[in-house]
Amino acid sequence: MRHRYNSCVNCLVELMGHESFQVKELSLATLMKFVELEGKYPLVKAEWKGSFSFPLELLKLVVENLIPCEEDSSLLISRFQEYLEYDDIRYFVMKAVAENIGQVMQKTKEVPLPVYQQNVFSLISSISMPSKENEVVNFMVKQANQEEWKVSKLKEHKRAFERMWLGFLKHKLPTGLYKKVLVILHDSILPHLNEPTLMIDFLTVAYDIGGAISLLALNGLFVLIHQHNLEYPDFYKKLYSLLDPSIYHVKYRARFFHLADLFLSSSHLPAYLVAAFIKRLSRLALTAPPQALLMVIPFICNLFRRHPACKVLVHRPGGPEELSEDPYIMDEEEPSESRALESSLWELQTLQSHYHPDVAQAAAVVNQSLSELEDDISELLELSAYELFDRELKKKATSMPLEFEQVRGLFGKKDDLFAEHFALE
Amino acid sequence: MGKPTKQRRKGQVAARAKGPSGAGTALVKNNPFEVKVNKQKFNILGRRTKHDVGLPGVSRSKAVKKRTQTLLKEYKEREKSNVFKDKRFGEYNTKISPEEKMMKRFALERQQNHEKKSIYNLNEDDELTHYGQSLADIEKLNDVIDSDSDTEERGILSAELTAAHFGGSGGLLRRKALTGEQDEEEEKPKSRKELIEELIAKSKQEKRERQTQRENALELTEKLDTDWKEIQTLLSHKTPKSERKDKEEEKPKPDEYDMIVRELGFEMKAQPSDRMKTEEELAKEEQERLQKLEADRLRRMHGKDEQENKKKPKHMSADDLADGFILDKDDRRLLSYKGGKLNVGNEEEEGGNEEEERESEEESEGEPGGEDEEEAIVEEDDATDSPSDLESDMGSEEEVTANEEQKEKHKGNEKKLQSEEEQNAKIEAARSELPYTFTVPESYEKLKSLLFGRIIEEQLVILERIQKCNHPSLAVGNKAKLEKLFGFLLEYIGELATVEPPELRTIDKLVLPLFSLCQMFPEAASNSVKFVLQDAAHDMEEMIEVKGRATFPGLDMLIYLKITAILFPTSDFWHPVVTPALVYMSQLLTKCQVMTLQDVVKGLFVCCLFLEYVSLSQRFIPELINFLVGILHLSISQKRPQGYILVHPFRPAGKNSDLLLVCDKKDMETWKKQNLPLSIVTRLKESSQTEMNHFRLSCLAVCLDLIKKCAALYESLSSFHEIMQPIRVLLTEHIPVNEYPKQLQELHQNALKELEDKGKQYTPLVCEKKKPVPLKLYMPKIVKVLEFGRKQGGSKEEQERKRLIHKHKREFKGAVREIRKDNQFLARMQLSEMMERDSDRKRKVKNLFNSLATQEGEWKAMKRKKFKN
Repeated sequence: MRHRYNSCVNCLVELMGHESFQVKELSLATLMKFVELEGKYPLVKAEWKGSFSFPLELLKLVVENLIPCEEDSSLLISRFQEYLEYDDIRYFVMKAVAENIGQVMQKTKEVPLPVYQQNVFSLISSISMPSKENEVVNFMVKQANQEEWKVSKLKEHKRAFERMWLGFLKHKLPTGLYKKVLVILHDSILPHLNEPTLMIDFLTVAYDIGGAISLLALNGLFVLIHQHNLEYPDFYKKLYSLLDPSIYHVKYRARFFHLADLFLSSSHLPAYLVAAFIKRLSRLALTAPPQALLMVIPFICNLFRRHPACKVLVHRPGGPEELSEDPYIMDEEEPSESRALESSLWELQTLQSHYHPDVAQAAAVVNQSLSELEDDISELLELSAYELFDRELKKKATSMPLEFEQVRGLFGKKDDLFAEHFALE
Repeated sequence: MGKPTKQRRKGQVAARAKGPSGAGTALVKNNPFEVKVNKQKFNILGRRTKHDVGLPGVSRSKAVKKRTQTLLKEYKEREKSNVFKDKRFGEYNTKISPEEKMMKRFALERQQNHEKKSIYNLNEDDELTHYGQSLADIEKLNDVIDSDSDTEERGILSAELTAAHFGGSGGLLRRKALTGEQDEEEEKPKSRKELIEELIAKSKQEKRERQTQRENALELTEKLDTDWKEIQTLLSHKTPKSERKDKEEEKPKPDEYDMIVRELGFEMKAQPSDRMKTEEELAKEEQERLQKLEADRLRRMHGKDEQENKKKPKHMSADDLADGFILDKDDRRLLSYKGGKLNVGNEEEEGGNEEEERESEEESEGEPGGEDEEEAIVEEDDATDSPSDLESDMGSEEEVTANEEQKEKHKGNEKKLQSEEEQNAKIEAARSELPYTFTVPESYEKLKSLLFGRIIEEQLVILERIQKCNHPSLAVGNKAKLEKLFGFLLEYIGELATVEPPELRTIDKLVLPLFSLCQMFPEAASNSVKFVLQDAAHDMEEMIEVKGRATFPGLDMLIYLKITAILFPTSDFWHPVVTPALVYMSQLLTKCQVMTLQDVVKGLFVCCLFLEYVSLSQRFIPELINFLVGILHLSISQKRPQGYILVHPFRPAGKNSDLLLVCDKKDMETWKKQNLPLSIVTRLKESSQTEMNHFRLSCLAVCLDLIKKCAALYESLSSFHEIMQPIRVLLTEHIPVNEYPKQLQELHQNALKELEDKGKQYTPLVCEKKKPVPLKLYMPKIVKVLEFGRKQGGSKEEQERKRLIHKHKREFKGAVREIRKDNQFLARMQLSEMMERDSDRKRKVKNLFNSLATQEGEWKAMKRKKFKN
């Protein structure tokens, strides 16, 4: 009987690798049913009273097949999510995954396995940890003395979770996955770790990579610095070096500026540092699209309000009459060496003649002395180009000015640029 | 005490000067019994008192006098329906001295007589029209009239009579004299009014004549007379104006004069509309100029004349509707033309033909003359104007573009002339072949079926005629229809651009009607352009969401963007259509991947658009610079960016990062600068490697030229050097200039020179001085003092309402008082009437009693005598 049962289980496990999704799903569901029943009616009698029985081996098999090395099984994993609601299943799955990662990685000897890692990620990122002790009540397999079982301890859960993630992140990740991990790191991983500081290594490495990954690592770092007293040398220098033209174009713009706003909100920062940031941001703004400009100009204005010492950038009475160069050194890595305080914000002056009327108006604010209240940039952070377009389109016009120059053809204007370069053929 | 005496003396002096009546009022004023002094409680400085002294007696007598003049009169005439109207010339006009009055009346009388005599030299029938009496009498009088001795007297008499009989004509003349020559515009309504009044007068006169003339023969002549009069009335309204001139010209001979009269009449009629038009035009232009003041000052007002020409005939036709003159001629034309079309034009339009014909008939029946007339005028216009300016403009314009394309072939004026003639001939042919009236297509499909497959000239003519036949001034629904037409036309253009190969020449011409429609309906036009933009932006957003990246849109969208620049002023700080278009273009340059050579061309097209949009306003476009940097990057072989950074749509290295890289030496040498044909955007030419390389080089040339233009545009910006830094680095260090052909090298040199010529100048920024915040002063807060009697509180509207209510109440009280007084007055009058009647009666009764008593007395006396006897 037991033999039959075992071979049946083996068959089902094999079927999980079947091409058809229905078959996979069905076998998964059946296996999980087996897990539940086996937990209730253990194959082997408990050796001593008070011990807990759970079909660990069976679950391991399931997990192993859930995260294959060759094919993407995200659909099946999303099906599996409903079982992760059970606290005991979740606990044992985490353990199984951690073990599995170790085994597989050892086998492949650090050769990256993108599909496998992808699968693992989609499985473990769908784990939602309970946040309080008393929430751990939902078990698939009921035990006699529930409270003493370590599965019901939140601390144990956290430990398993931590081990699983650390095991996963220990290995080199492909860039796409890196970004995904970093995106969820700060709010679905860090809070559930027993020792969040263990993530420092991972984050510092990520922060050093540069580009978008650094931007994303910022968030995790912020949590560590803020809540766990992390001391990060040259943090602002690093942040400063992160500023390059792409920050206005990347998807994570809102997130980055939200954090930058937080980092620069401290009033204890030296003026030279803030001035360097302001200058750099506005220099880069010369290449930014309008939706980013609409956000960054109030951002800069807020910096001026927080650090009045920087106002020399827009107001320098009695300074030198004319300069032949902008004193600010763009290529300087060290903010203190960049001579930003000696410069002026000519960039904003340039942006006053931006083609978008709102940008031009926003940039013209620096001409007047700033008001005391800070602008709220939170809703500007997410402004997308399409929203901007829509907003323009919905504005009501009182009058409709028309072109009065008589048209003479498609390219018929006086010294038409198009007639010079294009032919109507 | 000195003052009042002095005043009195002055008053007396004045009184003496004024004469007896003046003396009376002065006396009254000084009579203490007549004066009522209104006591003032407080003397308020600076307030002028109006009503400190009242003269109740005087005002009462004034009121009574006024009532006797108005109310009493009415009361007395209450049962009379006849009214006596005095319409003699200047009868109540005190400004004219009696002599002058007489002179004028005489002159008018003479003019009327003269004119009538001169036009139809029938036997002095005009007298008959004035005198409503027997014919014989009139004829006798006429014989006498010629004598000079009593002309004056007769003149007055007849003038008065005419005034009495022909109320309208007299009134008209008088008014004319008063208002003077400015009233020329009002000529039309007046003449009609006169016409009606004359008709009434005439009918009355006929009645009278019928009464006086009982013989049949005379009746016959009378009929003749009325017939003639009908003709007369048609023309008579022109005369009064001419008569003024007449005086100055010392009366030329009748026939000549007649001609002049007519000429003048026609001229006068055309003039008012003419002048109105120009004023309107001027006002409109002025307004436009103000709106675009920031940048448009430099531009010439170009199409002003043409526009005016186009609009003028329409206006005239609307005015001319009353005339049957042109209508007749045009009807004939239409008929003959119809015959022609039935014979000839069948091969082209098959389905729509009958429909259109029916339509045309219906319309010609429905509004007689309206559109036909217009057609006629349009044609006249074309005959005079279009070959000279409109068409030649088109022609020469075409020439310009054509010249650029094929310089070798096209040279010399003869060919130019020839082609122009050809085109004119084509247009003429199109004009003659097509039907004259079109209905506005109800749907896009209909428009398409109407236009598709025809030659450009025909399409233009059709559109022009649709516009003319359905001008909003002609019928109520036309405006909505034409507004829709704009949308359809836009769609049609879009479709033409997507056809394979794109019919760009047609689009080029279709822009003209689009422009004129836009001028007519700015709101509708902007809405449809906005709609197109929204659609495109929405599509792009969707594509980004689904695929994660966007591709450049088709040629139609690029054309739409170009058309936006043609229809709307791009230099406005904010414009409801242009600003969204700019945002959309910015999205194109930042979101769309550059994957093929076509994408490069499209991108460059958008760059050109951007530059054109801001060419006047000189605004800064970061996307443009980024894109140009990216394009330059595509042309270099070494893919490690140094000294510059690429942003979003471009990657430092990758699949499409060497789109513009040209390695073939031979291709470099054979390349000649040529304009990029837009059709390359829609189809990938299966061209040889050489041609592709040539395209690449052309793209580079465009890019370099755009860089030059940008540099020229932005040189005034304070951070010019920072903006242009990446481009400068690319141009100086990375671009393999030396391998490029000469022309390209030159362009490169020019661009680089433009970049480096600018001096570096930085002046530190200084804020505008802000107003010092005033110190807080502890002054008493001033509150408006509550005044008695004045309504207070509430908002402005509330106060205004209260004021109005108050005013209404006062007026109402006043009116009630007046009515009461009127009633009192009437009652008094009635009472006095009754008293009079009573006394009359009493007197009469007394008389009767008296006579009876005497009779009785006599009778008794007689009796007594008898008894005695």
